[in-house]
Amino acid sequence: MDKDKVLNLAKLARIEIGDEEAESLSSEFGAILGYVGEVKGVTSPQPLSLARRGEEGRGVSNVMREDVGPHESGLYTEKILEQAPAREGDYIKVKKIL
Amino acid sequence: MTPEEIRIKDKDTHAFLEVFDPEPEQARYGAGVLSGKTVAIKDNILFEGHKASAGSKILENFTAPYDATVVKKLKAAGATIVGRTNMDEFAMGSSTENSAYGVTKNPYDLTRVPGGSSGGSAGAVASGMCDMALGSDTGGSIRQPAAFCGVVGLKPTYGRVSRSGLIALASSLDQIGPFTKSVSDAEILYNVIKGQDALDSTTISEEAYPAQRKFSKVIGIPRTFVESEGIDESVKKNFKEVEERFRSLGYEIRDIELPHIKYSLATYYIIMPAEASSNLARFDGVKYGFHKDGKDVIEDYFKTRGEGFGREARRRIILGTYVLSSGYYDEYYGSALNMKKLITNEFIDAFEKVDLILTPTTPTPAFKLGEKTSDPLAMYLADIFTVPANIAGLPSISIPSGVIGNLPLGIELTAGLGREDNLFIAGKEFLGE
Repeated sequence: MDKDKVLNLAKLARIEIGDEEAESLSSEFGAILGYVGEVKGVTSPQPLSLARRGEEGRGVSNVMREDVGPHESGLYTEKILEQAPAREGDYIKVKKIL
Repeated sequence: MTPEEIRIKDKDTHAFLEVFDPEPEQARYGAGVLSGKTVAIKDNILFEGHKASAGSKILENFTAPYDATVVKKLKAAGATIVGRTNMDEFAMGSSTENSAYGVTKNPYDLTRVPGGSSGGSAGAVASGMCDMALGSDTGGSIRQPAAFCGVVGLKPTYGRVSRSGLIALASSLDQIGPFTKSVSDAEILYNVIKGQDALDSTTISEEAYPAQRKFSKVIGIPRTFVESEGIDESVKKNFKEVEERFRSLGYEIRDIELPHIKYSLATYYIIMPAEASSNLARFDGVKYGFHKDGKDVIEDYFKTRGEGFGREARRRIILGTYVLSSGYYDEYYGSALNMKKLITNEFIDAFEKVDLILTPTTPTPAFKLGEKTSDPLAMYLADIFTVPANIAGLPSISIPSGVIGNLPLGIELTAGLGREDNLFIAGKEFLGE
């Protein structure tokens, strides 16, 4: 993977990195992808179901619950807004988008 | 120890990021099996009103607005939570050298790492600064530092312990678990923190994995795997002694084959960065945590994330973005998910014939500080024996098994899904508890 590819991935991930870091990541990724690439092409003898063997429909399933029992409105509002880097009243403040 | 005594003792190792002053509310928390016990928590577990930074600059000033479910349970059981422990940033590492708040050192040798990512929790228990600690284990982050620091570390079955209030790394792998001095204490702390939780839909009920097999003292050893390259001679020698010890305790040792287990680490280093890149997308400098100003809102993101995340976090997020990107998704992520199922099924088959699987916890004793920081792949290989249990969701425990020079070694027992009971029986017998 070359430096430009790394810079493009960093852009997709919304992370600012410098040329030097991109250069060193590109050689590290070469080693890491070489190693993890072992899993490619190791084909399984049969298509595998989503569930683990012996627990089809039990081990892996969607867990749903009724949309009930909310906490008291406003209970966490102040605690959560306190954590925001910028706020205006009960809103989190961001720069103009449009 | 008083908070001040802990602070003084911790000057050498830097296991704690913060030692809490006595809680005025303590008396109101509850009383139970942990009354009078001091427990430290890893810095990625939320404790209302206290900082939780996950070892990252991006959460430098984040204060937990609520308690993690495990913290609620600790309080109800009467525990005194003494502080938050150092960790690799977002649990990404095997040495606790990736923390934004300095390196933690191994209490047995200050020139060596305590392991990671829960190195602070392991070190705090090892040096007696607390009775017990909680950590999190995504690919070995409880068991590997437990081995390096000579304490007991347990990763429960996936879904056994609620992760509500745990700052996520890789959600299909993460589990919270105990660090203790003895297997009996690990069992006590495990029993406090386990249980299905409405706030974490991945938690399982007690009945999720009914016991299929009666415990009959049969241990399997994946021989080819434990004799693979790169295992230190001291570890091999200790492992032989451990085998003999189990035989002398009346255990039958059987060699077993798990043909795809050797792909566990490669599988892990696809799935984990993929999930991490997704989980860590939430840190944007808008809702909470560190914020770095740019000229517009998108540049705010780039600058906040570029400066707020450390080098290993940036590396894994970018790697995860790659394996999930169009054109590589099936090749990497798809292959890794298929391999995960294959490995899991091999383990499930194996546990029809054996009660436990035994391996060393780590291929070497604790390594030197700085030894692997410039070679990420060498660092990743420190988790070779611990990662398979995360891939397959199995419960797994590291138990002290001796020393080489002054450095502790650990062995790892892994059981079938939901069979923590087998780990406790064999672990207690092994340590003579």
